[in-house]
Amino acid sequence: MTHSQFELLSNQAIAVCGTFYFLALLAHLAEWALGRTVPLDAVGATASSQAVAGGTDTLVAVEESTERMERWGRIGVILTVVAAGMQFVAVASRGLAADPIRVPWGNMYEFTMTGTLVVTLVYLGLYRKYKLSWLSPVVTGFVLITLMADVLLLYTPVVPLRDALQSPWLIIHVVAAITATGAFTIGGMASILYLVKERWLERQAAGKETSARAGYLARLPGLVELDRLAYRTHAFAFPVWTFAALIAGPIWAQSAWGRYWGWDPKEVWAFITWVVYAAYLHARATAGWKGRAAAIIALIGLATLWFNFIGINFFFGSGSMHSYA
Amino acid sequence: MSEPVFSHDRDVETGVAPLAPREFLRWTWRQLTSMRTALILLFLLALGAVPGSVIPQDAVDALKSAQWREAHPSLTPIWEKLGLFHVYSSVWFTAIYILLMVSLVGCILPRTRVYFKAMRARPPRTPRNLTRLPEYRTFTTDQEPDVVLARARAALSGYRIDDHEGSLAAERGYLREAGNLVFHISVLIVLVGFATGSLFGYKGGVIVVTGGQFANVASQYDEFAPGSLFNIKNLAPFSFKITDFDVKFITQGREAGMAQDFSAGVDYRTGVDGALRHTRIAVNHPLSIQGAKVYLIGHGYAPNVTVRDADGTVAYSGPVVFTPEDATFRSTGVIKVPDARPTQLGFRGEFYPTYAFTMATGPFSAFPDDKNPALSMLVYAGNLGMDSGVPQSVYALDMKGLKPVRKDNKAMRVDLTLGQTVTLPNGLGSVTFDGVSRFVKLQVSHNPSGWVALLGMIMALVGLLGSLFIKPRRVWVAVRREGGRTLVDVAGLDRSSGGTLPEQIDALAAHLEENKA
Repeated sequence: MTHSQFELLSNQAIAVCGTFYFLALLAHLAEWALGRTVPLDAVGATASSQAVAGGTDTLVAVEESTERMERWGRIGVILTVVAAGMQFVAVASRGLAADPIRVPWGNMYEFTMTGTLVVTLVYLGLYRKYKLSWLSPVVTGFVLITLMADVLLLYTPVVPLRDALQSPWLIIHVVAAITATGAFTIGGMASILYLVKERWLERQAAGKETSARAGYLARLPGLVELDRLAYRTHAFAFPVWTFAALIAGPIWAQSAWGRYWGWDPKEVWAFITWVVYAAYLHARATAGWKGRAAAIIALIGLATLWFNFIGINFFFGSGSMHSYA
Repeated sequence: MSEPVFSHDRDVETGVAPLAPREFLRWTWRQLTSMRTALILLFLLALGAVPGSVIPQDAVDALKSAQWREAHPSLTPIWEKLGLFHVYSSVWFTAIYILLMVSLVGCILPRTRVYFKAMRARPPRTPRNLTRLPEYRTFTTDQEPDVVLARARAALSGYRIDDHEGSLAAERGYLREAGNLVFHISVLIVLVGFATGSLFGYKGGVIVVTGGQFANVASQYDEFAPGSLFNIKNLAPFSFKITDFDVKFITQGREAGMAQDFSAGVDYRTGVDGALRHTRIAVNHPLSIQGAKVYLIGHGYAPNVTVRDADGTVAYSGPVVFTPEDATFRSTGVIKVPDARPTQLGFRGEFYPTYAFTMATGPFSAFPDDKNPALSMLVYAGNLGMDSGVPQSVYALDMKGLKPVRKDNKAMRVDLTLGQTVTLPNGLGSVTFDGVSRFVKLQVSHNPSGWVALLGMIMALVGLLGSLFIKPRRVWVAVRREGGRTLVDVAGLDRSSGGTLPEQIDALAAHLEENKA
């Protein structure tokens, strides 16, 4: 295949991938819509082990709707796997489309494409272990919307890498940064859901919330589990971010620009992100901050992370030596 | 039982400070080294770093900050007072991180002492009532008590184990706190490396036109910033010549006009009479020479111009550096001709590598490469003021003694395409645009302790990994005979969150229960 054919393939693959994410989102929405008729304790348990009032008819009905709900969940995951596969094709062919071929991380369009792929992969990787079915609509929705924005606003034809990017450190620095960003994002989602669920539980306790039936929030894991998932993803992402921003970045900057650290806006914000997440881990480990306080710090960290990724390029533009990223 | 890692935290008193100076100092120290203060300082550090990314910094881009000052005359004095043009060396930012460092030291010292003891500590004795622990399993087996304990001992590899009467106590994860300490000490090392790098090193910038030479002495630099402890006599005695310059621009897409590849050929010599060697330098490929590094950080155009004076003698001939103003390499510069007779001549104007013109925009450069180079300059005659003894910028004319040369009642503008000659009015002479040279902007830097910061950062990462992923854990196994069988209790306690203790205790109990000894 020629370079321009690869470019075409990438563009088509990303469109197909978006469609699959959309279908996956629909499947997960169907899953949660069906969940309305399933009692909270039904999923994963066998119908016979439950004490369902109302006799055999209700029992059979519950069993059926439970199965339907789980089936739509499975369909959604399969669609997400297909979408991730297409997205991988799209990312890889971006690299093959360039002449000479290169890694597909030359501009924001490509960073965003790869970053969302990492979000999906982290989610799929943890799906079984942490029983993440509750995270499915959030992840597929997030990735779908981000990819749409990426294609509509950030698309740029394939061009060769700019001078400063031509270094093996591109692979090391960018892979680490994107991996950390993906993991922080998943952790942030868990933190947001933690806050939402906590508030919902409080309102319920205060009698303001009457929907005791199986809504989405009721099916979220308990606060302890959400908190633990958030902690683990952050504990994974933080050292990776440390490596990307404070080790690989400076080494590369030294060889490209002649200084390890120059307080370029992107560097400043990478540092701010690092400090905020350091405070997050610190607060957890020492002051015993958990739950709400920790979740709020985590979200501040996530805000600085995404601001650095998007905001710096649009608001600071030419002011940053990182303005291609 | 959640992570009593920073144990000194509980020392913090919320009461009013006693008045005795000694007590007051103690109180201040405790407040400063408390966990809460450390957290607040961390957030302050993050917050304090923000303005430096919004307001142009002198140290990052001096030109930009000068332009900003010009555009905001009323804010500038206030911003200057607050040190907002050099945030990262300002008093208040320095204060934040020095306080953080003090807090860090105050945290490391007592913890190191505590850890030194804890490191050699034995696992705590088996508690009398194991059922109270977070994880607890019990079962009976036909195995002998000693056999069960021996098997437990074998299963708990990597644990520090103490045998007691009818039980064993095991603990692991002693290195978590070591990782924690290494991380904190490394942060100090990074800062020391960062600070000393700027003390003992130097950094200089120089512009060299292709074909031009450079010798590493302070006077040859356009800008030179030695660290306060660097002795200028210690500049390594190397020299080099820029032989050529190559550039390739991206021609399509959003990045069109960006340089994709640029490199310069260098003939260099180490020492005064070392062998002449050739290399190419480019972004990401600096030249390492005698402990210093030469980076190619920018480039631009130097049009070659010949100026003849009234007699027709060549008063100036050669390349003149024009500094690029934007990504299209529209460049501005001046030409000074002090040797022109009867009056000195000066030119000030713009260079366009790919000249284009529309009524709406006026002249502009359509592309950064030199596809259609053109010069457009105003002409001045009179006294350039170069003999006054005051050093002059090569990029500006001293307008005091100069008058614009007029033609047809207008200030005369000479517009030159490649090879063109324009005759000046009143028999002042002529100017010819002979060709285009390139110049490179080089940065020479010497950072003798850069590796210290890097090493510190790598150590910090290793320590961080230890402190995050080493799980301190205690396990106890107790056995006793009861009714001809052996009753086994297995219990565990995690001293950090996020562990998989229940799974491990399950596995251990199942393993011991399995009777295949």
